[in-house]
Amino acid sequence: MPQGDYMDRFQRDYGYRLDHFERKRKKAARDVHKHSKTAQKTLGIKGKMIAKKNYAEKAQMKRTLAMHEESTSRRKADDNVQEGAVPAYLLDRENTTRAKILSNTIKQKRKEKAGKWDVPLPKVRPVAEDEMFKVVRTGKRKTKQWKRMVTKATFVGPGFTRKPPKYERFIRPTGLRFTKAHVTHPELKCTFNLEIIGVKKNPNGPMYTSLGVITKGSIIEVNVSELGLVTPAGKVVWGKYAQVTNNPENDGCINAVLLV
Amino acid sequence: MEGETEAIMEQRTVVNNVMCLLTHQDGAPLGAPMYLPQNIGPQQLQLIVNQLLQNEEKLPYAFYISDEELLVPLETYLQKHKVSVEKALPIVCQPQAVFRIRPVSRCSATISGHGEAVLSVAFSPDGRQLASGSGDTTVRFWDLGTQTPMYTCTGHKNWVLCIGWSPDGKYLVSGSKSGELICWDPQTGKQSGNALTGHKKWITGISWEPVHLNAPCRRFVSSSKDGDARIWDVSLKKCIVLSGHTLAVTCVKWGGDGVIYTGSQDCTIKVWETTQGKLIRELKGHAHWVNSLALSTEYVLRTGGFDHTGKHYSSPEEMKKVALERYNSMRGNAPERLVSGSDDFTMFLWEPFINKHPKTRMTGHQQLVNHVYFSPDGQWIASASFDKSVKIWNGTTGAFVTVFRGHVGPVYQISWSADSRLLLSGSKDSTLKVWDIRTRKLKQDLPGHADEVFSVDWSPDGEKVASGGKDKVLKLWMG
Repeated sequence: MPQGDYMDRFQRDYGYRLDHFERKRKKAARDVHKHSKTAQKTLGIKGKMIAKKNYAEKAQMKRTLAMHEESTSRRKADDNVQEGAVPAYLLDRENTTRAKILSNTIKQKRKEKAGKWDVPLPKVRPVAEDEMFKVVRTGKRKTKQWKRMVTKATFVGPGFTRKPPKYERFIRPTGLRFTKAHVTHPELKCTFNLEIIGVKKNPNGPMYTSLGVITKGSIIEVNVSELGLVTPAGKVVWGKYAQVTNNPENDGCINAVLLV
Repeated sequence: MEGETEAIMEQRTVVNNVMCLLTHQDGAPLGAPMYLPQNIGPQQLQLIVNQLLQNEEKLPYAFYISDEELLVPLETYLQKHKVSVEKALPIVCQPQAVFRIRPVSRCSATISGHGEAVLSVAFSPDGRQLASGSGDTTVRFWDLGTQTPMYTCTGHKNWVLCIGWSPDGKYLVSGSKSGELICWDPQTGKQSGNALTGHKKWITGISWEPVHLNAPCRRFVSSSKDGDARIWDVSLKKCIVLSGHTLAVTCVKWGGDGVIYTGSQDCTIKVWETTQGKLIRELKGHAHWVNSLALSTEYVLRTGGFDHTGKHYSSPEEMKKVALERYNSMRGNAPERLVSGSDDFTMFLWEPFINKHPKTRMTGHQQLVNHVYFSPDGQWIASASFDKSVKIWNGTTGAFVTVFRGHVGPVYQISWSADSRLLLSGSKDSTLKVWDIRTRKLKQDLPGHADEVFSVDWSPDGEKVASGGKDKVLKLWMG
């Protein structure tokens, strides 16, 4: 038999005590002070725990307040009639002013004159050979040092078969092989998970290109048939270049920007 | 008439004949295949078709052989294209408008008045009134006779983005960037009733209920950036919310069969029922935002009971009857077709009542498609794109017909002339251009605006063209 429901039973039979709500209010009012007293007195791990909880509560409170304030202020900004009205079909599009476009095109032309690549990441950090490869010691006494293991992400074509171990100079670990990349279309502002077709250029050297090594700044070819891009003749494009923007060996995924 | 056809038949013995099969635009044959003399041209074919269909009034027709118009006698065509005479030659007959719209060629008036860019212009369904909405938060009515401002309607708190005339011409509804809708009386220029509030973000489109469904026009639907569409009743001030889209609704159309189509940035098109606002269908296929929708019957729905003769109706019932007749003759026995233009550079042709999968995908544009529009007779689809071109497609099959290049900036808006023979396009490069569908060439270049042209409209009676843009003036063009 449960013994602890006597208060519930009392309330059910006779209603609340006359001073019930008064007591409740006072208890709540005193609770803050009581809590503060314990928080100040407690030492050690218990104290830390209380402090952490209080801090989290306070931060949450501040965030809620800020959120509400922001929403009111935003409405105010919306009410003002702004200059430069545009129709509804242009409201969601990026509205760059013409002066900016002009200066951008001039900059672009200068860049072209300088003969630089017009890619999102024009400069990449050079990767040294001893960072790119790890020496694998072979032989019965582990004295031979002609085998290398690629320590960066690689793309290996679907038709690849390994050479016999005696002739395999470069090992591309299966754990670092990638077949798909997250490709962002810069104009559509959308990201798609697309299949990699090949590595077109590794800025660190032609050998890495032929090995299919993907580092930050590499140009890869991706399969864009899902995007439905079309050529001037109306045919669907399926291969397009993209530049890798992250360090795939650190992140475990490939992020790239489509070159358009 | 009788004698002429007989005369044609008699010639069979002298000249070479070719077996021809005359068909409707949907492919149904007009009659049995017949032997026709090779020296006949479009004029004689026209007589035959009128006879076959037993038309009391003689209608003009255009003839197409494998999507190419026949302008020369059959003989020359056969020699030029080396068509086999062993098989029956299919000839498609397209009825043409019995009236002809003169192409606009000059600017008749430049009316200043707006204090900010003109964002939308629209002629009333009977073509006698003109209204415009602007970034200076006003809606203005213009007097077409004297080409002067008539009423200035203030009431909005932000840019007026969309305006929509009711198909009976009794109301004009305008929607603003702050999300409220106001209903105006075009006769007095006064606001009728309070502003309709409910949308939380800007209005992207307005569409009225077709007049053949409900005689005095009362209901319209508006779409908004906040992801909802709402059906409003002008006299009851009530609204039904159509919610379901996860992103902004970009355009809305009230179909002739009593359903509402909405296109959204969440890449879907949804079909709604109008009394309770229930979702009927979802059309999926686009890979990116849907920018624009167009219906094959849109022009008839817009003009309601008014046609090129300029009739007036005494009662709404009479107008409803005439509008229903016009709608049925326009639609024929085929279902309503819908075309959608999208940010993924393609368009889809749908038949939402038959299939939830697209009929065809129309590829070819190299930039996003901003505006699509069916020709008034439903025979063509025109699409305006940011790749500076306007493309024409077959309205029934969706096959590519031609491309109009000439603009040097993105094409924002297009508008058809009432006889479907001419197309008008307004562009960011500050010009308007008139294109001829028959010759597939530029008919008229209309420079004059000082800045981007945001909105164009060709009046339903074909007399005038109005355009407005970033240079704050409204221009009227005439033939």
